[in-house]
Amino acid sequence: MVSTYSLKVYVEVMAVFTPEGRLIPKTITWEDGRVYQIDRVTDVRRACSLKAGGTGLRYTCVISGKTTHLFYEDDNKWFVERKTASV
Amino acid sequence: MDRVILHSDANCFYASVEMLHRPELRNVPMAVGGDPAARHGIVLTANYPAKRRGVKTGMALWQAREVCPEIQFTSPRMDLYLRFSAMLREMYGEYTDRIEPFGCDEAWLDVTESADLKGDGEKIAHELNRRIREELGITVSVGVSYNKIFAKLGSDYKKPDAVTTMYREEFKGKIWRLPASDLLYVGPSTKRKLLKLGIGTIGGIAETDPRILEQHLGKMGGILWAFANGYDTSPVRVENTHAVIKSIGNSVTTPRDLLNEEDVKLVLYVLSESVASRLKKNGFRCRVVEISVRDNGLFSFTRQKKLEQSTDIVREIAENAMALFRENYSWKAPIRSIGVRGAELVTAEFSDQLSLFSDPEYRRKQHRADEAVDDLRRRFGFYSVQRGIMLTDGALSHIDAEEDHTVHPQGYFGQ
Ligand SMILES: [Mg+2]
Repeated sequence: MVSTYSLKVYVEVMAVFTPEGRLIPKTITWEDGRVYQIDRVTDVRRACSLKAGGTGLRYTCVISGKTTHLFYEDDNKWFVERKTASV
Repeated sequence: MDRVILHSDANCFYASVEMLHRPELRNVPMAVGGDPAARHGIVLTANYPAKRRGVKTGMALWQAREVCPEIQFTSPRMDLYLRFSAMLREMYGEYTDRIEPFGCDEAWLDVTESADLKGDGEKIAHELNRRIREELGITVSVGVSYNKIFAKLGSDYKKPDAVTTMYREEFKGKIWRLPASDLLYVGPSTKRKLLKLGIGTIGGIAETDPRILEQHLGKMGGILWAFANGYDTSPVRVENTHAVIKSIGNSVTTPRDLLNEEDVKLVLYVLSESVASRLKKNGFRCRVVEISVRDNGLFSFTRQKKLEQSTDIVREIAENAMALFRENYSWKAPIRSIGVRGAELVTAEFSDQLSLFSDPEYRRKQHRADEAVDDLRRRFGFYSVQRGIMLTDGALSHIDAEEDHTVHPQGYFGQ
């Protein structure tokens, strides 16, 4: 049985535009309402996510010492890859 | 100095975009096709596992299921594919501004200028190929050559996800043994004529006296001979982004089969209204009207007609469509789906040659009448105003004309 459990999670993001016009995400709100502060963005590049299924600007974010990818799609939605496939 | 031309072709484009977004479809035979619930949808694109099982573009969904019972179908999401098409172009734009799209999943790039800066054509091709896979999550095959025809043959040569060069010193070995029908513009009828001359390969065309080819194929014979020998010098045409819309068309699979001319006329009017209204919305007029017809068996055809004057007038589009239909359909079977398309678009500023019989004042009135109808419909809804003919069959006139924003390949020689 193919699971319909999606590995692509659209999230709410708070972001700022810098005076130079760069878009930097600051917080991610997870499905359950928890808010995560993004300490640092270490890399931004266009990349696809085969796991979640999609493409966009990929922000490599450091959150509480852990690295996670946050994607900004061309339709202005943000998504992250769900960590585990098990329900 | 030789030009450096790339031809980039996204592999199984619609299917690849779907597989990226829906991981569960990646390793199973699947195809993108008209609404599987509706009758008589067709396969638009199949992925490789499905193709290996014999599924082909244009097959009815039921036929595809016959050759591959476990195939999964998914409905097309054109807006998503067009977004990917735009992202591809954006990436090509990092290498050159000389980009000529051919359909929404193919493009020629003239990188002669940037070849010095970014390395030679082959290196750029490999970089594009890798970046598209990593950044967009789909794959392309890229051909590299010194002319557009060979570059295209290069992108066809090895699929998926590959780069093939077709340089001067290579093309005889790689291209000449290919079947003649691989060459752009060798369709079934040209292929038959060539076979009669004993020519089955591209090399065969190249090594035949061009005068003999012209004798049998007309002007096209000479052109094909030049193509086969690598003498194609046609430029990569730079286009502005608006020109991406090549034609505007609407088609429909009707709620019941069309049985007679009256039925057809009604539907053609409904479709023509929608085409004309979309032409106006985009500031275009068309110089060619095209119809496509599919009967309830396997027979289908498209026919075009060049207009004396460009138009966005419902009545002119519909009457030309109807004339095309009368000339080309002999009613061996009822009709299942039908489409109208306006092509060779010109902007509203384009001025036509006035002909002896054209009546500019009458046309202006027609135009104003259409505009008034469009305006009423904008304000009061589509069915607030209807043509008399549409009251003859409620079901047929309430069909939902399917907007098909296929970006059509332009003719190779432009217009
Ligand atoms: Mg393709």
